[in-house]
Amino acid sequence: MSDNVLVITEHLEGEPTEISFELIALGRRLAADLGGQVEVLVAGDGAAAMADRFGGADTVLVVDDARLDGFDPEGHPRVAAAVVEARNPKVVLVPYTSEGMDVASELAARTDLPLVSYCKDVRAADGLAATCQLYAGKIEADVEVEGDRAVFAVLSGAAPAADGMSGGAGAVETVDVGVDLPGRVQALGFTQPEAGDVDITAQDVLVVVGRGIESEDNIAEAEELAEALGGAVAASRPVVDQGWLPKTRQVGKSGLTVKPKVYLALGVSGAPEHVEGMRDAATIIAVNTDPQAPIFGVAHYGWVGDLFDLVPELLERVES
Amino acid sequence: MKIAVLLRPVPDPVEELELSDDGTDLDRDFLGYVLNEFDDHALEEALLLKDETGAEVSVWALGTADEVDQILYTALAKGADRACKLGDDLGALDSRAQATLFADALGDEAPDLILTGVQAADELVGQVAVLVASALDLPHVEVVVGTEPVDGGIRVTKEFWGGITGDYQVALPAVLGIQAAREAPRYVAVSRVRQAQQEGNLEERDVTAPEPAPGVKVVEMRIPEAGEGAEMIEGDEAAAADAIVEILRRAGVA
Repeated sequence: MSDNVLVITEHLEGEPTEISFELIALGRRLAADLGGQVEVLVAGDGAAAMADRFGGADTVLVVDDARLDGFDPEGHPRVAAAVVEARNPKVVLVPYTSEGMDVASELAARTDLPLVSYCKDVRAADGLAATCQLYAGKIEADVEVEGDRAVFAVLSGAAPAADGMSGGAGAVETVDVGVDLPGRVQALGFTQPEAGDVDITAQDVLVVVGRGIESEDNIAEAEELAEALGGAVAASRPVVDQGWLPKTRQVGKSGLTVKPKVYLALGVSGAPEHVEGMRDAATIIAVNTDPQAPIFGVAHYGWVGDLFDLVPELLERVES
Repeated sequence: MKIAVLLRPVPDPVEELELSDDGTDLDRDFLGYVLNEFDDHALEEALLLKDETGAEVSVWALGTADEVDQILYTALAKGADRACKLGDDLGALDSRAQATLFADALGDEAPDLILTGVQAADELVGQVAVLVASALDLPHVEVVVGTEPVDGGIRVTKEFWGGITGDYQVALPAVLGIQAAREAPRYVAVSRVRQAQQEGNLEERDVTAPEPAPGVKVVEMRIPEAGEGAEMIEGDEAAAADAIVEILRRAGVA
């Protein structure tokens, strides 16, 4: 076993994602505590062309395989597992993203390593440990790994991406893992999102509705307030999944990232996936009946109460 | 086509959570459970496929909470053909143990398609969808937002981020982690659920809870301090509206 940290990077359409660099930054901190190095895995068709982007790593392991077209939910975890077997890292970091969700659990199962998911922080100074966000951010758990190796699936924001872009040797090594790919999942291509009627990323004011809006009919009230403030209505995922607002209005991990001047969150609980898309808004005001709602952890201002009591009062004042 | 849907009870997301005395788990004595919302979407996607292809839909749940019977009867009322409860009074199980029990039960059933939610709020040690696929050596796709049956398999749409999606053709049998069904989960009247309950077509099987996943130990749980960092506004809605308008003015938008 080495003392190294292996970061499983991801990329979409030839571009490494931001969280890949966040994980390299986190990996650097862990490797310093372990006395090891940071290795990254870049796997995919055309992966070699991206190798020079990973100067934050000590070693860039490239698996350039034409069979790994785009992201392959069957192939990528197998390649990652083979690389883990070959390099024997102490710590494996996988992004907790759409791609990472297909990779982390299978990688852990194939290599028989423990997996810790939903990590917002990972530590290695005194045994392996992590802090995890459970129950949609309502609970924080400190977790210890019994044993000296593990896979961690890490949420975005665990370390600054800028710290993972340079500082390593960036030595490129081409790896031939010779993995058998059954080819049961075939990529057919990507689709870009359709443009919506309103571009929520271009608004100064967003009135954002979450599960607390309760029904489609109640959205009109939020629309009225947004209009009075010269902004637009956006939503968290549960509202969009119900079909009450189009996907183009969704803020968060699977939606859009927004940075308005004012983000007024009405009945939004603030699950980590949502917070990822809005934490850089200039002023965040949260209204929720649940004093434990994690949205109050990211908001600048908060009020615990019923949005249906508040909105008419707000409208009255804003319109006068 | 035979479709199996895995349904998991999770603590009601709108309820306040409390911790156990030793602080390493939730206090589950008075906790209310509801169906994991992503599993509800998985069920809906399965029922849409049934509408289109005449597939047989079975629903499966572990006896980890009192609400499980209600969850299964609701699925029957919505249109599932069979419901099976695995074990009773199992207590809370980690996601690896859940996946092991589901995989054991489904191995003999040999469904063409296994659907469950993309994630659950308590999947600390791995995602059930992928762990079940790994255990049964089946292909998997996570974060699925739509399916379409085609010759020789199923076509699925996987969501990446920023609204970008990717399409895949997947050979069957396969496991899909559903993020959102093509349509919002259907509504079912309480009377229909009650009727399903009276018919009582719940299959029950004995299972033994596996050991907790080795290697991962929760040493402390915390409820993050409410409003840590946020300036909390006190008072009723009128006072809150006054304060918020003032904040909007300072931000230059009112």
